[in-house]
Amino acid sequence: MTATLGIALLIGVAFGVTLEQAGLGRARKLVGQFYGTDFCVFKVMFSAILTTLLGSFWLARLGLVDLTGFYVPETFLLPQFVGGLVFGVGFVLAGLCPGTSCVAAASGRLDGLAVMGGLFVGIGSCGLLFDRLQPLRASTAYGTLTLPQLFELPYGVVVLLVVAVALLAFRLLARFERPA
Amino acid sequence: MRRTYADPYLAGVALGLVLLASFVLSGRGLGASGAFASASASVAAAVDTEAVSANAYFARYLADGGFGSDWLVFELLGVMIGAAVSALVSGRWRAEVERGPRLGIRARLAWAFGGGTLMGAGAMLARGCTSGQALSGGAVLSVGSWVFMLSLFASAYLVAPLLRRLWR
Repeated sequence: MTATLGIALLIGVAFGVTLEQAGLGRARKLVGQFYGTDFCVFKVMFSAILTTLLGSFWLARLGLVDLTGFYVPETFLLPQFVGGLVFGVGFVLAGLCPGTSCVAAASGRLDGLAVMGGLFVGIGSCGLLFDRLQPLRASTAYGTLTLPQLFELPYGVVVLLVVAVALLAFRLLARFERPA
Repeated sequence: MRRTYADPYLAGVALGLVLLASFVLSGRGLGASGAFASASASVAAAVDTEAVSANAYFARYLADGGFGSDWLVFELLGVMIGAAVSALVSGRWRAEVERGPRLGIRARLAWAFGGGTLMGAGAMLARGCTSGQALSGGAVLSVGSWVFMLSLFASAYLVAPLLRRLWR
């Protein structure tokens, strides 16, 4: 095992511990998100995004890291929109997403294992149908496109806007949450 | 002893630090669905090597050694180890099928499998899932990642009322 894969394993361990401690290995807790009883998914996800955004912004500001070394997924507008719609239906049916299905399975939940099996079959089948799906999958390509580039705003301003919107959303969530 | 879950905001900050560490140490964010793509590519290659080498989607996952040397496979293996240890230490490890009060075990497993299949298709089209696109791509402000995140939540909220029977 190379050093790179060793780091991958260690990062994964930390990822798994965090998700399990947050309770995100349990389908019934996750779907609370969609029925207004438990907004744990939003809270964890957006406080993680804020932490990474602010952390990377300040590390770059202080000259400690070079943000150009961070991989930014390329934008393919239509397939990412359509993929999101399909994924969302699957998310409610499964009650778990790919990462959390592994957490569920590893903590004994057999439904997590079933989701993992479904993922394997779903991705594998689409891989076999690659020639048919690729026209859609490769359409509306915008290359590496970020929100600051799209809105022609400085990186820091977009970071500030995302933080502001997320903090507002956290306050609203507290008002709408109706624990079961 | 069965301990309560961590505060979600605190867990989120911890997750953000893990994600930041991943970017700083490896230049990439966290992921999950890519490991399933790598696994399916390797299985397909074992069945029919020639057909798979002609398939650009699978070939990409086999180019640098395949399943046994894939960054995401090792990361996801770590996720499972971390989650298992965390659940054991916190007294939450239990062999069971999590399901809504009105759903039988078999039905729950079937829906879980079906949901996984749809998420697999969505992740293949979108080039990533909630981890690789929504979380990691979202944190580096990729436009496509935010589009995926918004459309997946919009879709989930639209269908959730129709699927109440599964969970409520």
